Amino acid sequence: MLNFSRFKIGFILTSLLIFFYIFIGNFNFTNKYKIFLDKKVNLGLDLQGGSYLLLEIDINPLLIKKTQEKYNDIKKIFDEKKFDYKNLTFSNNKIQFELKNLSQKDDAINLINRSGRENIFLNNNLENLKKDFVYKIERNLIILQFSDDYIKNLKKDTINQSIEIVRKRVDQLGTKEPSIQQKGDNRIIVELPGLSDPSNFKNILGKTAQLNFKFLKSSSVDKDNIGFEKIKNKADGSFIEVEKKLIVSGENLIDAQPGFERDTNQSIVSFKFDSIGAKKFANATKDNVGRPLAIILDNEILSSPVIREPILTGSGQISGGFTVEEANQLAVLLRAGALPAPMKIIEERTVGADLGEDSIRYGLISFIAGFLLVFIYMIYAYKLLGFFANISLLLNVVILISILTLFGSTLTLPGIAGIILTVGMAIDTNVIIFERAKEELKIEKSNIIAFDMAYKKSLLTIIDSNLTTFIAGVILFYLGSGPVKGFAVTLCVGLATSFFTAFTVNRLMVGKYIKNNKDKLISF
Amino acid sequence: MTNFDFLKYKKFFILVSASLVFFSFILIFSKGLNLGVDFKGGTTIEIRLEKKMDIEKIRNSLSKSKINNFSVKEFGTANDLLIYTDNSISPSDIKNFLEKDLKEKITIRKIETVGPKVGSELIKSAIYSVLLCLIAIFLYLWFRFEWQFSLGGIVALFHDLIITVGVFALLGLQFDLSIIAALLTILGYSINDTVIIYDRIRENLKKDSSSELSILVNESLNNTLSRTLKTSGTTLLSIVAVLIFGGEVLRGFAFAITFGIIVGTYSSIYIASPIVMFFKIKRDWSVKIDNTP
Repeated sequence: MLNFSRFKIGFILTSLLIFFYIFIGNFNFTNKYKIFLDKKVNLGLDLQGGSYLLLEIDINPLLIKKTQEKYNDIKKIFDEKKFDYKNLTFSNNKIQFELKNLSQKDDAINLINRSGRENIFLNNNLENLKKDFVYKIERNLIILQFSDDYIKNLKKDTINQSIEIVRKRVDQLGTKEPSIQQKGDNRIIVELPGLSDPSNFKNILGKTAQLNFKFLKSSSVDKDNIGFEKIKNKADGSFIEVEKKLIVSGENLIDAQPGFERDTNQSIVSFKFDSIGAKKFANATKDNVGRPLAIILDNEILSSPVIREPILTGSGQISGGFTVEEANQLAVLLRAGALPAPMKIIEERTVGADLGEDSIRYGLISFIAGFLLVFIYMIYAYKLLGFFANISLLLNVVILISILTLFGSTLTLPGIAGIILTVGMAIDTNVIIFERAKEELKIEKSNIIAFDMAYKKSLLTIIDSNLTTFIAGVILFYLGSGPVKGFAVTLCVGLATSFFTAFTVNRLMVGKYIKNNKDKLISF
Repeated sequence: MTNFDFLKYKKFFILVSASLVFFSFILIFSKGLNLGVDFKGGTTIEIRLEKKMDIEKIRNSLSKSKINNFSVKEFGTANDLLIYTDNSISPSDIKNFLEKDLKEKITIRKIETVGPKVGSELIKSAIYSVLLCLIAIFLYLWFRFEWQFSLGGIVALFHDLIITVGVFALLGLQFDLSIIAALLTILGYSINDTVIIYDRIRENLKKDSSSELSILVNESLNNTLSRTLKTSGTTLLSIVAVLIFGGEVLRGFAFAITFGIIVGTYSSIYIASPIVMFFKIKRDWSVKIDNTP
């Protein structure tokens, strides 16, 4: 195993050169020269500073809303078609009613299928129509429920929309290289590098920002017969009765800007509707001059101005006793749009930039210290062979870093610890081989045969023993998160590279040395 | 080559180990672990003060604030403090409150908030990952050797795991996600040692199927001793460097690995190998050699 073909030697040296080339691009001085790769190892948030936020979407309110809409549709069509039913109720995501007699069953299902298609079904494909709803019939009781497929689709749509809106909001606030990714079916990871105080983002990301314009209940009768609801007033915390009927919502906004009202010097948010919104708003204000309007954000009345004249331009302003910051935030929220479902921040990890710098320094110092200790020990234990091992150890780190660079993996503080640990463990491959060679030399006179046997016999042992650590690393990679993942990556890649260096570079050097000193007594 | 009689006192060592595991269990269940924010949920804030200040002063100041459940402790240097609370309060509010109250400039160095749901999920995934790792190693050893070896390896791993966790309970060191990473590393490292010894046992069995098993096992232990000590030595050297120079963030992690390597090395020799002897293993491995072309 000590002989290498020219081709193999060429291959080893070329690959080393490539790794070196990638590795060296990580240093700042190479930035000046175009010939080096402009790719550096990604530093984790714990090293460069920044904020990690995990958001969770609560789908239930949306599901209840959808159920209620469907309930309204069914009620409407049943009443229109004079269908005879008893006890139509809904709860959470279930609608149920009783038939007067069983023969009505087909009629009922027909009507349900025709009811309010436009807001229940995601598409008009008739094939899918039946799949959105499942019904169960118990005697004359009919229970309707959204199908699993429908809920799955709803979740998918909701998270996609939410990600879009989170992205818009983050972009509005502006930060360098934010990363927004989906996790599972109802979570979003937001990573904001370089940010040491994410409170601004937290305030904005946790808000649904559903803006609604409705009329306050007035003495006049309920014209549309939809009913009233009580909503909390932001200013004094009291509950005020508001018409359930929606005039226009934030969906129709095209712009929102923070500003000041000249007379009162108060912070306000001015907004502008699109053409549909402007038309709706104009119609409603024309007929209701003198009535107070409720501007509702996330189930809280921000303000209730009285309509003094019809608003035909489609623009207006909200004054809700905001601070400048609140007005800015509201403008951002309105511009980015409302989330389809409420969202909560369930995990936050923020590292200040100076702590990150400290960590890098500590990491480097311990790396150098660890490396030197191992270096000295190996020379003490194995003399020249130990020196060879050290060279391949050094190459090992170079290859490890360049692989991380190449694959865009993230280096974290535990990741650095992983590299240092790999230094200690990678040397094991060499130790196994050298110890084996010592044993072989006791029964074998020829240096060449002894070392050849040592490499041969060690191979399987090394694979066996490294694979177990590798298994642990892979599991850690899949189940761990953030910094821990970084550790798993360096551990696994480090094992692979140490195997590579031991059986290529190291074997090449040792082989050359042994062949040149065939008959000398090798001391180690 | 050395010629120690490792198995001479095997009963003594097994007894020592068994009682260590036993006491660790008692400690873990009676004293409990000092769970970090990853697992118990809540918020930790690491702050840095411009100049050193009595920690009692900070406590007093915080008790005047809205937070009603908190703890403050020094973190590394005297200027760095770690505040923990399970109240849902914005860290920047705490900072602003303290700055106003103490009239002192404060910088937030680190914030970690973990919701209760995430906390319990992290506990679950931590336990899963350790169990999964044990199962995977068991199966791998079974595949490469025989079930007796698997069993010996796994018992040794349990031993390392429980005693390491026990030390965390004993010293009240913070137990968080990075410690789980350390435990998995210990599993990988310790079994690595064990595999190398097993490998040699198997090799010696192939060469000689007539000698008494205990002689062969002892011979294998002596064959590999030099390697075991050297590798443990280099790995210890590198991780001790992290323990000393790696800063506060990595201290617990480095400590766990340092301790685990020592226990793991010991258990590979004194636990994993005697167990293989205890169960009757296949003696005649020579058939395998004949089959290979």
